[in-house]
Amino acid sequence: MPSQLRKRLLPYLIVSPYLIHVVLFVLFPVVFSIVLTFHKWNIISPMEFVGVDNYLHLFQDRLFWKSILNTLQFLLVHIPLQIGIALLLAYFLNEKLALRAFFRASFFLPVVISGVVVTILWQQLYGLETGILNRLLISFGLGRVDWLSNPKIAIVSIAIMATWKNVGLYVILFLVGLQTVPRSYYEAAEVEGATAWQQFRYITLPAINPTIFMVVILSTVGGFSLFIEPYIMTDGGPLNSTLSAMLYIYKQAFGYYHMGYSATLGIFFAILIMGVVALQKMFLEKEE
Amino acid sequence: MKLSKLILYLFMTAAALSFLYPFYWMIVASLTPEAQIGELGLLPKTLTADNYTQMFAKIPIWRSLLNSTFVALLATFGVLVFGAMTGYALAKLRFRGRNLLFFVIIFTMTLPFQITLIPNYILMVKLEWVDTLAALVVPALNSAFAILLFRQAFQTIPDDLIDAARMDGCGELRIVFQILCPNILPTIITVGILTFMNSWNDVLWPLIVIRDEQLMTMPQLVTLFAVGGRAEAQLGVKLAAAVLLALPIIIAYAIFQRHFIQSMASSGLKS
Repeated sequence: MPSQLRKRLLPYLIVSPYLIHVVLFVLFPVVFSIVLTFHKWNIISPMEFVGVDNYLHLFQDRLFWKSILNTLQFLLVHIPLQIGIALLLAYFLNEKLALRAFFRASFFLPVVISGVVVTILWQQLYGLETGILNRLLISFGLGRVDWLSNPKIAIVSIAIMATWKNVGLYVILFLVGLQTVPRSYYEAAEVEGATAWQQFRYITLPAINPTIFMVVILSTVGGFSLFIEPYIMTDGGPLNSTLSAMLYIYKQAFGYYHMGYSATLGIFFAILIMGVVALQKMFLEKEE
Repeated sequence: MKLSKLILYLFMTAAALSFLYPFYWMIVASLTPEAQIGELGLLPKTLTADNYTQMFAKIPIWRSLLNSTFVALLATFGVLVFGAMTGYALAKLRFRGRNLLFFVIIFTMTLPFQITLIPNYILMVKLEWVDTLAALVVPALNSAFAILLFRQAFQTIPDDLIDAARMDGCGELRIVFQILCPNILPTIITVGILTFMNSWNDVLWPLIVIRDEQLMTMPQLVTLFAVGGRAEAQLGVKLAAAVLLALPIIIAYAIFQRHFIQSMASSGLKS
C-alpha cells in the first residue's frame, strides 16, 4: 500500500476496534431498543408490531410506578445520609490524627467488596432474632426492629446498608475537596473571631460545593441502578416495598420475556435518570 | 492529650470498627457451627470448617473463581490495549471525524446502561453467545471512560517525543505501547484496577447471559446460592460462600490499598 495512503488510513485503523465495539454494543442497541418499544416479542416467536401499546401499558402499570417510588424513597434516605456521614468523617480525617491511614482504609473497605457479599452479610445483621443489630438493641433494653419484614422500613434498611457500603468513597472525595482549602483562610477567620460553625459555613461549604454536587450525582445514578441488593435480600418484598425499578425491568425481561415492554420500561427509566441528573445540575451546580 | 482529641480518637475508632466488625463477624460466623451462629458475640466458642466443606460439595466455587479471574483479566487487558490505542488517536493523531468520535464517546458515557441492556442480551442470543464466556468478555473489551483517561494522560506528553520516535522509524503502535505507556504508569494502574474490580464484581450481566453453572462468575454463583434453595437455609454455608467471594479482593486491597483508593477517587473526580 502506498505510504501516503497508509498514513491517512492509520488513525482509522487504530480506532477501529473501538468503532466496531461502539456500533455493535452501544449505537445499534439504542436504535434497536427504540424499535423494540413498538413491538411485542418474546424472542422465540416473531416480533409483533403493536404501535404505542407498550407506552400505554407503561402509564397504567402500577407496579412500575411503585418501583419508581421505591427507588425515589431509597434515594431520599440514602443521599442525605451519605453526604452527612461522609462529610463528618472527612472533616475529622482532615485533622491532624495518628492512624489516619488505618481509619481511611477501614472506611473504604466496603467500597471494594462485592455488593453480593455486603448484601448477604447485612441480611444476617438485620436478622429478626439472630441479627447483631437487634441483639444490640435488646441488650440496651430497646425492642427488636423488623428491618426486612416491615414494608414501611425495608427500603430504609437497604438505604442504610447502601450508605455503609459506599460512604468510604465519598469520604475520600470530600477529603480531597477539604484539602484544597488553604489553612490560612481558617487562620484568618479565626483572627477575625469567627466560630467553628461560621468557618464551616462560609469557607468550607463553598469550597466543597462542587464535591457535594458530584456526590449527589454519583449517588443518584448509582441509586437508580439498585438491583442486586433487593434481588438477594428481599426479592422486591415485602409487599413490593423494595422492588427497585431495575429489579422490575429485570423480571419483566428475564422472568416473563416481555422484551418489547421491558425495552419500553428501560428507555423510559433511562430518560427519567437523565432528567433527574439534569435537574440536579440546574439546582446544585453554582457558578464559581 | 487534650480531652477533645481523645474523644475524636474514640469516635473515629468506633466508626472504623463499625466498618470492620461486620466483616470480622462474617468470617468468624462462617467458621462457627450452624447452631451457635445466633449467639455469636466477640469471640467464637468453637471453630469448624464444616460450612466450607459443605459449600465446596454443593457448588463449583473454584471453577467460578477461575471464570471470574479469566474474564476479569481478559477484560482488563482489552480495555488497556484498546483504550490506549483510541486514547492515543484522539490525543495525538489528526484525522477527519476526530471530534465526532470524541462526542460519541462522551455520549456513550452519559447513556444509562438500562437502555442497552436488553438489546445486548438479544444480540448475545442471535450470536449464539449465551452460555459462553464470549458473552462476558467481548462486550467488556472497550471502555469510554478508559479512553478518556488515556487521552487526557497522552495529551500531557510533549509531541517531540513522538516525532523523534517517528523519525527513528517507529510504527504507531510501537509508539503507543513501548514509548508512551511507560510514561503514564499511574493512568495504567488506575484503569487496570478499576476495570478489574468492575469486571470481578459485575453480577447483573452474568445473571442475564449465563445459565450454565460451570460458566458462572463467582459473584453470580454465590448470589444464586444465597437466593436459591441450594443452601437449604443454612446460614453458615451462605456466609462461607460470601467470605470466599470477598477474599480475593480483600487480599488485593490489603496489598494495593493506596492504589485502590487513588484510582477510585480519581475516577470519581473525573466523572
